[in-house]
Amino acid sequence: MKRLISVLLENEPGSLSRVVGLFSQRGYNIDSLSVAPTEDKTLSRLTLTTAGDDHTIEQITKQLNKLIDVVKVIDLSEGVHIERELMLLKVKASGAVRAEIKRCVDIFRGQIVDVGPTTYVVQIMGESTKLDAFIEALGDAVILEVVRTGVCGLMRGEKSLKV
Amino acid sequence: MELLSGGDILIRALSDAKVKHLWGYPGGAALHIYDAIFRQDNLSHVLMRHEQAAVHAADAYARATGEVGAALVTSGPGATNAITGIATAYMDSIPMVVISAQVPQEKIGEDAFQEIDMIGVSRPTVKHSYMVKRPEDIAETIAKAFYIASTGRPGPVVVDVPKDVTDPNNKVAYKYPEKVKLRSYQPTTRGHSGQIKRAVNLLMSAKRPVIYSGGGVVLGNASEQLRALARRLNYPVTNTLMGLGAFPGTDRQFVGMLGMHGTFEANTAMHHADVILAVGARFDDRVTNATERFCPSAKIIHIDVDPSSIAKTVRVDIPIVGPCDVVLSDMLDQIQQGDLQTDEPAIGEWWQQIDGWRARHGIYTESRYEPSTNDNIKPQDVIKTLYKVTKGEALVTSDVGQHQMFAAQYYLFDKPRQWFNSGGLGTMGFGLPAAMGVQMAYPDANVVCVTGEGSIQMCIQELAACTQHQLPVKIIILNNQALGMVKQWQDMQYGSRYSHVLYEDSLPDFVKLAEAYGHVGMKVTHYDQLESSMEECFAMKDRVVIMDISVDHHEHVYPMHVAPGSMRDMWLSKTERT
Repeated sequence: MKRLISVLLENEPGSLSRVVGLFSQRGYNIDSLSVAPTEDKTLSRLTLTTAGDDHTIEQITKQLNKLIDVVKVIDLSEGVHIERELMLLKVKASGAVRAEIKRCVDIFRGQIVDVGPTTYVVQIMGESTKLDAFIEALGDAVILEVVRTGVCGLMRGEKSLKV
Repeated sequence: MELLSGGDILIRALSDAKVKHLWGYPGGAALHIYDAIFRQDNLSHVLMRHEQAAVHAADAYARATGEVGAALVTSGPGATNAITGIATAYMDSIPMVVISAQVPQEKIGEDAFQEIDMIGVSRPTVKHSYMVKRPEDIAETIAKAFYIASTGRPGPVVVDVPKDVTDPNNKVAYKYPEKVKLRSYQPTTRGHSGQIKRAVNLLMSAKRPVIYSGGGVVLGNASEQLRALARRLNYPVTNTLMGLGAFPGTDRQFVGMLGMHGTFEANTAMHHADVILAVGARFDDRVTNATERFCPSAKIIHIDVDPSSIAKTVRVDIPIVGPCDVVLSDMLDQIQQGDLQTDEPAIGEWWQQIDGWRARHGIYTESRYEPSTNDNIKPQDVIKTLYKVTKGEALVTSDVGQHQMFAAQYYLFDKPRQWFNSGGLGTMGFGLPAAMGVQMAYPDANVVCVTGEGSIQMCIQELAACTQHQLPVKIIILNNQALGMVKQWQDMQYGSRYSHVLYEDSLPDFVKLAEAYGHVGMKVTHYDQLESSMEECFAMKDRVVIMDISVDHHEHVYPMHVAPGSMRDMWLSKTERT
């Protein structure tokens, strides 16, 4: 089962490698990862998606908490939350397909952010499943490049992950 | 405020962290630090012959004293040589700080001479690590390193120090912090009272209980609390390999070590238990056998200071996160205040059953191996003789293999911090440097390294450091002319195809080797010489003695778990199984 885990991390050199190293060392997978400093520059917020049964996720959470640089860990998928991912795609856009792609981008509420004579760069934002669906809708034939930020997320409501 | 160079600050900070002995080996990047050591006399440096041994010695010093061990190595090969030692300490949760010198910061990343990314290389083997970038940060980093190493679940911390940071020409103010506070690290100091209450209730209602105690009880100085609780309850106690001595080996309530080479009675009692109180133990694969068949009818209470140890390999019914000593005394308090009673008739029956198992296959009730003949000494008899000659009071280190298991089974440790071995990583070569660390901590004690002719050769160079630092350890080699444990597995699982476990007459003459280093060597080939030679060996208080004892080439360690199986599935001899 897919899980979204959010970590508040000391913004120190090497702290990211400890998190990533933990996953490979203990045989867990990281499906996506996004990390950047927070409003407090001494802290980074790291969000990762992983898969596993309850026992594996419990161990992942405990092992993350055990890292000295980790301040707080939360499994966002345990409660109601918002998750977003941003994707940029470079697509072939010439002839009749050019208009078709524009329509498809509109349907997915994306934007065309760069226009070339035979290409578009498209930006799509949303949950990962929506991004997957957009890729599916366009089809391999037109896609030249895909880059995704990895998922980030927040709990709904008043609870927040703070020091 | 006093102005000091980075090198001086580092050594001052180590002294202020109460380091008495720094085990190490110098080199280019560590030169400023070594010069600072030369110019002070607060701490003594112990020059070893290999960085691995320096770290093992620091580790064993920590195991023996409960203090934080400290080692110092140079960059590059010094750092990589230290890794096996650091990993050994990590697997056994030993509090230790390892200082590794590093090339100057301006050279980092250029593949400079003797450069290695020590933070990267050591990462999976440390509790935490730091690279110090300014001399102003040294004191605080050292204080943090010692705090992290020694609190919560202890472990090794690496501090990597680039050479420019210790520059003698750059002097800054020195102040050792009085307190360390880390917002991201707050070890648990008490167990959850509700969980403790539930645990006590379950424990009192048990009909077939076992107390399964591990290395955490030794490390957490909880042996006294464990003994008090076990006595109050009159429940059987088993120790893991790492926990030996936490409960006295000669006590009636002690059913022996459990696990792969545990006693029949300990493993069988675990299998049939209805309640298991696991304290400072981690349900390691060398204990549990197949986890899906582990103790099918047991409710498990697990006390551990590290939450990630709980429910890692087997399910637990009542987890309690907290230091073993505090949680155990809270449990005992509840039992005494409530004047709670155990189910005495059921416990009486349980003991009858256990005593029956003891009588049937126990290794302590009668000899379970063919006795020694005069020209064929059994390794078990060597350990029994060692026990007799040292009156059970020696501090014993071991390496890894059959000799380790024989020592664990037949030397009945009555005290915690009396038995030192690499239980987690299983590092051959640990025994001799470990004995040196222990001897340094207790100069007047009988310190014995029980080893094999294979393991001893993995850190044999330290015989020279024993001379230099007057560490009169005794080395007992159970010489069976083969890598015995591997050979045992080859006997049992590979049709006795002895792939690369024999030396083909290449073994050194250990007597001459001892003499070459200025020590005493003794060779024992006959059983009737064994006890008297050993007496002679221990009479030489101030000498390092190597006893090269020829033992049966074909002996196996039993009991041994049949894998995969449950706790009670064991080979009891080459032909008998449960």
